[in-house]
Amino acid sequence: MERVASALFSRLVIIIPYAWLLFFFLIPFFIVFRISLSQTAVAMPPYRPVFDLFGGLSGIMEKAREFSLDNYVWLTEDVLYFNAYVSSVIIAGISTILTLMIAYPIAYGMAKAPKSIRPTLLMLVILPFWTSFLIRVYAWIAILKPEGLLNQFLMSINVIDQPLIILNTNWAIYIGIVYSYLPFMVLPIYSSLEKMDHTLTEAALDLGCTPFSAFWRVTFPLSLAGVVAGCLLVFIPAVGEFVIPDLLGGSETLMIGKTLWNEFNANRDWPVSSAVATILLLILVIPIVFFQNAQAKADGEGR
Amino acid sequence: MGSWSRFNIASIVLGFGFLYLPIVLLVIFSFNESKLVTVWAGFSTKWYAQLWHNQALLDAAWVTIRVALLSATCATVLGTLAALALVRYTRFRGRMLFSGMVYAPLVMPEVITGLSLLLLFVAIGLDRGFWTITLAHITFTMCFVAVVVQSRLLSFDQSIEEAALDLGATPVRTFFAITLPVIAPAVFSGWVLAFTLSLDDLVISSFTTGPGATTLPMKIYSQVRLGVTPEINAICTILIGIVAIGVVVASIVTKQREAQREKDERAAFAQ
Repeated sequence: MERVASALFSRLVIIIPYAWLLFFFLIPFFIVFRISLSQTAVAMPPYRPVFDLFGGLSGIMEKAREFSLDNYVWLTEDVLYFNAYVSSVIIAGISTILTLMIAYPIAYGMAKAPKSIRPTLLMLVILPFWTSFLIRVYAWIAILKPEGLLNQFLMSINVIDQPLIILNTNWAIYIGIVYSYLPFMVLPIYSSLEKMDHTLTEAALDLGCTPFSAFWRVTFPLSLAGVVAGCLLVFIPAVGEFVIPDLLGGSETLMIGKTLWNEFNANRDWPVSSAVATILLLILVIPIVFFQNAQAKADGEGR
Repeated sequence: MGSWSRFNIASIVLGFGFLYLPIVLLVIFSFNESKLVTVWAGFSTKWYAQLWHNQALLDAAWVTIRVALLSATCATVLGTLAALALVRYTRFRGRMLFSGMVYAPLVMPEVITGLSLLLLFVAIGLDRGFWTITLAHITFTMCFVAVVVQSRLLSFDQSIEEAALDLGATPVRTFFAITLPVIAPAVFSGWVLAFTLSLDDLVISSFTTGPGATTLPMKIYSQVRLGVTPEINAICTILIGIVAIGVVVASIVTKQREAQREKDERAAFAQ
């Protein structure tokens, strides 16, 4: 009896979360893909054909014939979508590099900090992550506006005499992404730097390396795992970002997350939004698999 | 590791300034007398007073808190199970797929998760509203809980579990008597994380909601689109205050528990 109970327990530990994720995470992607092959219709749900499992096999076959790749053809014909994909990847890429350049010195400084204050510094990096994303993006509007706090400050110290136009440009998006995702970059880099064997750097210095080349040839390569993890944690969600381009970007800014949102909410075109999402997922599948492998490897090392 | 150079200190100070200055400015201007959020015109708490008369806003806050409490609790149970499955059972059929499904939601763009969940709810004919938002939040926050709990499980000494099993405890009993108390701080911080993620979510909620269920971020978002006002600063300040208090309490509780546990362990070894 006990044996049965314990076997059941270990089964349940796996099956319950597994089934949940299959149903609520994996299966929905197949539904997205299927609807991306449908046509828009004025109905509820606003697409057809609507699958009816009780229509029997012939009914399904009948409806399957109504599926088409029209939405994908439409996406390739309209240059707007193509540009939105390309500019999303470029904006996310630039933001990721900027985030890395700002996060690395912070993580490095934290890893070098006296051991006693490291937990406090760590806490201070994590804390903004707990406050609302929307609020943090919103806070930048008041700062970056033409009559905002940054321009007031710069004009009062006579650095500029005309307000800088930052809000509603790509610069505002870079600032927004760097700001919002900074902790995601700092944390993995910090944890790989903290684990590092520092005698290696000392050895390099003793052997006549300059501090810079010791950093570049010893420290940086050893922290690469953290750098890669951080870059993926920033880049992947940034490609599909909606809130930041919507609130900080301008009308000419094209990002695919915003396009999808508009297609869905303003145009009510579910099949086209599904096609947009499917292609976005295809673009991101390689970095996502890369991320999962890095994550699984890191867990293996922790064992 | 070497010395803490001036460059290190400067990068930390500048970095933290960058992280905190926008939030501090937002809080300061929530107490501004003027309707302009960028020109200081004296101290006032009138925007806070106004919030209490905004019934739509209070309703949205209530919906948000209920969704967050319910979804964080379910997500903590599911996420803890997922972490156990990943750490304790290194071999089972479809483990690759499983770990993929745990990690992918961490980076998945919210527009994709939101759209796919909505289409699922439509396909199975679920009425959209409070319950669909809650289900959606459970799904994406449970993965964050799993990662937090997993890191604790990986660092814990499995020999005490094995000892309990050797002494004849059933796996179920071992879990509740040994494993759960040890990982409790991580489970608790997982819950807090899930709660704040749910409180905060805009995109997934917007996709999966139906008539009648408006959450606070949705309300804030629709007001922000109309312009920056001190009233929004006031709501944001209250939310920041709640989260800050929550995080500080959570970290104190965690520290105390850890200290207590260390004390217990030392006592046990001394016997």
